[in-house]
Amino acid sequence: MKVLVCVKQTFDTEAKIEIKDGKIADAGINLIINPYDEVAVEGGIQLKEKKLADEVVVLSAGGDKAMDAIRTALAMGADRGILIKQDTAADEYARAVVLAAAIKDENPDLILAGHVAADDGSSQVPTRVAEILGLPHVNVITNIELADGKATCSSEADGGTQVTEVSLPAVVSSQVSWNEPRYPSMKGIMQAKKKPVATVDAAAADNKVNIVEFSLPAAKQAGVKIEDEPEVCAAQLADWMKNTVKVEVK
Amino acid sequence: MAGTWIFVEQRDGNIRKVTFEMLSEAKKFGDEVSAVVFGKGVAGLAPELAKYGADKVYVADADVFANYNTGAYVAQMAAMISEFSPNAVLFAHTFNGRDFASRLAQKLELGLATDAIALELSAGKGVFTRAIYAGKAIAKVEVAGAPVLGTIRAGVWEVVEAAGAGAVVEAAVAASDADVYQVVKSFEPTVSARPDLSEAAIVVSGGRGCKGPDGIKLVEGLADLLGAAVGGSRASIDSGWLGHELQVGQTGKVVCPNLYIACGISGAIQHLAGMSSSKYIAAVNTDTEAPIFNVSDFGVVADLFKVIPTLVGELKK
Repeated sequence: MKVLVCVKQTFDTEAKIEIKDGKIADAGINLIINPYDEVAVEGGIQLKEKKLADEVVVLSAGGDKAMDAIRTALAMGADRGILIKQDTAADEYARAVVLAAAIKDENPDLILAGHVAADDGSSQVPTRVAEILGLPHVNVITNIELADGKATCSSEADGGTQVTEVSLPAVVSSQVSWNEPRYPSMKGIMQAKKKPVATVDAAAADNKVNIVEFSLPAAKQAGVKIEDEPEVCAAQLADWMKNTVKVEVK
Repeated sequence: MAGTWIFVEQRDGNIRKVTFEMLSEAKKFGDEVSAVVFGKGVAGLAPELAKYGADKVYVADADVFANYNTGAYVAQMAAMISEFSPNAVLFAHTFNGRDFASRLAQKLELGLATDAIALELSAGKGVFTRAIYAGKAIAKVEVAGAPVLGTIRAGVWEVVEAAGAGAVVEAAVAASDADVYQVVKSFEPTVSARPDLSEAAIVVSGGRGCKGPDGIKLVEGLADLLGAAVGGSRASIDSGWLGHELQVGQTGKVVCPNLYIACGISGAIQHLAGMSSSKYIAAVNTDTEAPIFNVSDFGVVADLFKVIPTLVGELKK
């Protein structure tokens, strides 16, 4: 049983976003594994620890810096990595095409990824990869059970929890509440340096979506701020809610 | 143009509000607006969809569509797109909507803009505005294709009643059980009398300043008085006071209600990203320097444990 985890390198979620020369400025920004993908890595490693998987392969498409994301996943406990060299400006279609091509060569039983990336917020790539490979998929999972060639997944759906069963091989995308990713140990970091990482060129794929422009949201102006006795504050807040916002009380 | 299609997001015949928001906005594009509904016994939904401007209601009615499943829905939609050639097909950016749109887009080898907050639509082209980095930046993206595909965030467009003809068009069923590759074993609705966080008109959120379940109870009490959803910052989720599905911010939900009330939330950048686009923001926090006040229309520097009970009393007057 081979598990392959797709990871994307993204900005730290605490990063402040600035635009320079019409592009999102990346100078001085700390880069991390997309938090949703990090959960997928942890999920894959836990499957191996439970003896449900034999090998955990980490796959990333991106620039040279994405090697750091792969090394981090290896330090957490993944076995080996594959870096596909691809322009970081690839859109969801182009990204899915190159990932699917590499996944096909690996022929894994389970493909894990985060359900969304913290940078573009698209939530498309895992589902697109599944379509290209002709595999079933389940999104936004918070738990997975593997038995008899099937994956039974709990998902955080709108308004409830859905349990879905699919046959393996399958693509499964994670919600952050699935697990708590471990920090790499010092031993893990040392071992990761010796683990194999293959570097491959991207399959040909053109973007389908073009960026017209980036901008920053209009800075919201602070309104009134009052410091007074709690009773006075509460009365004024109630007035504002009733008269300005026009709330209705049930 | 050959019309704008709005895919109807419904469960057991209950249509999500975002569907009406999309129908209302689609009227502005000046093209024919159609609602597309898949399900079992759903033709009766047509009058409700016509009320918000649907000129036509395409209905695909079969047992295989009774509940959402990606394979059958994608097969059906692909067949209908091929037959009727709509200019654009828009979905709600929900658990099912983004799943559907992503798999459909790849099957048709088309681009897709997800979680859009604005759209300029013309023949064969859509320019979508999307919040990226959870709202810390905005991207305008162009999607060309036949059809133009996008998913739309709930709550950004207003619902406007506008009578449409609502003429029902029965679509030929083009999917079967053989297209189904996911078996939904169960769906457990979240037991809550409160509205869905991503669709609520008012959200009351609690953070670290709530100090524990007692503070969260105050937040919940205020929410219930207002018919509001409850949310939380990462601090209250990580502390286990609220479930993850209620997290507002960069690794949780992005919300844009009419009123957002932040209680005991300092306003870390990840949290602000998730709620700054709310129409009105009120904040209660003891720290006068808290960044939440920079985005608040009405800020109260005081102890939430004293303010909320009094506020509840005042609102009841």
